[in-house]
Amino acid sequence: MSASNTAAKPRLKGKTITLAHGAGGKAMRDLINDVFVDGFANETLAALEDQARISLDSLNALGGTLAMTTDSYVVDPLFFPGGDIGKLAVAGTVNDLAVGGAVPLYLTCGMIIEEGFAVDDLRRIVASMKATADAAGVKIVTGDTKVVHKGAADKLFINTAGVGVIPHGIDIRTQRARAGDVVIINGYVGDHGAAIADARGDMALESHIETDCCALNGLIAAMLDVCPDIHCLRDATRGGIATVLNEFADASDTCIRIREEALPVRAEVRGLSELLGLDPLYLANEGKLVAIVPADASAKVLSAMQAHPAGEHSAIIGHVVEAPHGSVILETGFGGERIVDMLVGEQLPRIC
Amino acid sequence: MKYVDEFRDPKAARRLIDEIAVLLDRIPAAKQRPLQIMEFCGGHTHTIFRYGIEQMLPGRIELVHGPGCPVCVLPMGRVDDCVALAERPDVIFATFGDAMRVPGSKKSLLQAKADGADIRMVYSPLDALELARRNPDRQVIFFGLGFETTMPSTALTVLQAQRENRDNFSLFCNHITTVPTIKAILDSPDMQLDGFLAPGHVSMVVGEGPFEFVADTYKKPIVITGFEPLDIVQSLWMVIRQLAEGRCEVENQYARVVPKQGNPAGLDAIHQVFELREFFEWRGLGSIDHSGVKMRDAFARFDAERKFAVPNLKIADPKSCQCGEVLKGVIRPWECKVFGGTCTPETPLGALMVSSEGACAAYYNFGNLPELLAKRNDKQRHEASA
Ligand code: SF4
Repeated sequence: MSASNTAAKPRLKGKTITLAHGAGGKAMRDLINDVFVDGFANETLAALEDQARISLDSLNALGGTLAMTTDSYVVDPLFFPGGDIGKLAVAGTVNDLAVGGAVPLYLTCGMIIEEGFAVDDLRRIVASMKATADAAGVKIVTGDTKVVHKGAADKLFINTAGVGVIPHGIDIRTQRARAGDVVIINGYVGDHGAAIADARGDMALESHIETDCCALNGLIAAMLDVCPDIHCLRDATRGGIATVLNEFADASDTCIRIREEALPVRAEVRGLSELLGLDPLYLANEGKLVAIVPADASAKVLSAMQAHPAGEHSAIIGHVVEAPHGSVILETGFGGERIVDMLVGEQLPRIC
Repeated sequence: MKYVDEFRDPKAARRLIDEIAVLLDRIPAAKQRPLQIMEFCGGHTHTIFRYGIEQMLPGRIELVHGPGCPVCVLPMGRVDDCVALAERPDVIFATFGDAMRVPGSKKSLLQAKADGADIRMVYSPLDALELARRNPDRQVIFFGLGFETTMPSTALTVLQAQRENRDNFSLFCNHITTVPTIKAILDSPDMQLDGFLAPGHVSMVVGEGPFEFVADTYKKPIVITGFEPLDIVQSLWMVIRQLAEGRCEVENQYARVVPKQGNPAGLDAIHQVFELREFFEWRGLGSIDHSGVKMRDAFARFDAERKFAVPNLKIADPKSCQCGEVLKGVIRPWECKVFGGTCTPETPLGALMVSSEGACAAYYNFGNLPELLAKRNDKQRHEASA
């Protein structure tokens, strides 16, 4: 069942998803074949068994540790400047593997679809997942589809799980930050959170902020090439870089000092944040990672990052010191200092 | 939407802070005890903490964070009223984001939303009016709160609703006024304040005039202040300079935005729609005469308090809560007995812990928590043994 000979005449009837598409009968088969099997187009999925089959030898050849992760995506709106829920669902899971030093290989895709969802939107999202997976070099090899009653889900939820292999000799853990290490980020922070806030609100802003959503495994491979001894690595998604830095400081019982002036923030994101009373440090990102590397390797890592498209605007934003243990301190551009704590609940806009 | 770098210049700040240190030597009171300067406005509190301004200042100045966060001074009973309105099945309740977490006696708006109430976060009262247009079969209630800063936009929205003859829009009015509150603080017997930073946004509307009594009657310097970090430092320098020169006047540091006479169109809208309430209850401060506004009779049909019954109960603040003393500058936020213990941003006991503009939340988030708690415990031990 190849993609090319079925794409010519889609068998899926109707413009919207109905409960029948989740009922296990012919309509469901048509949906799966037409949208998912053809859309994701790979032999493992096309075999249509109840499970994907992966040879252990092929995994063993890459390294000694299997890495596994899962995440669910429930974003509103589904389409936003620079991306959509499908791109997020693939890039997010790829990144969760890659920040552990794993080479991401295979993904699963579980979809919960609200009755009435437009088939065209579903196709668009699947195409976006496929494009993101191709770019990241991973395959979507098995999946699941559920259709729920109107109102039981908000349009579309996607769950992706991922499998990858960590090569020998890589040991990236939050506990490994040491005094003297250097903190690096791969570019502008807060773009995703600001893009979503912008796309959701009806604030007439002159600016157009795009999500930074992208798969980071290529960038991370380039970093590990020049420095296999990266100490800590994490993608800064919900909770922003403030949360990741706190996790590092906490797990390694060190203090992380960052300089506000060194932190890349787009003028538009800063503007929107000030308008809404939000702090870019806590805004979500979908293509940003924070790395803690030994000082003597930091120049090498930084230039390897800047040479990669996902790291053009990489910058050293701070360093690790001994104390006060478990804390993150921001040196403000104004000459003061403040503690950067974990966020309580979600950021709520201030009124004036 | 330009990022105003010139108001964040660390060198200019350093120069002013050095001058403040010199001026302090000329103020006799500063030799006995730290000078206490109150910023009334929550926006100022936020800037002070966000940029770490307090630690940059000489130790002989203490900043006291006043009652200027409208969310922080909302009494529990009013939050209960909001929840009661929001839980009506026919209602869409529209509110600013930071009011969502303020604790009521049973629940906050955030909890009410989780329980199924239709509560929407909006960025302006006009967004709420738009909700009313789009949902003609529902009643949209806008939760109006804030000082004179937000009052004109609420008033203009009500006037617009009247022009449209909209019968599914109303306002739950909790707007408050600045002057009676500053006066109440100045009248408080335990008051020790040496000077004030006056709220810049409020002044944009009311102008300089309403603050003259602070200088004339109470003989305290007061400087109308903007919201960038350098605005704050410069205004502190202006207050200290007045003290050093033995003057007390209203000065306007924020003249680039605040006209002497305020904004006549905004004031006019306010006067058309609102009149003073005889009493209004503040969290921690008790009832302050003429400190709140209500809608005039002519707008009764847009007044949620008249259109729908609200419980309107007075709920006492929890006994252990010392918000009132903090608001008046009698104790520092971290000196409150429950600070960081039973009262945290996750489980706020008092409202000062709720909004990012609240003094307690600011200390909790931006201060050095272990150090503050150790200081507080030392002080308590000291008092117990004395
Ligand atoms: S710690 Fe809580 S109870 Fe105490 S003053 Fe602050 S907000 Fe009020």
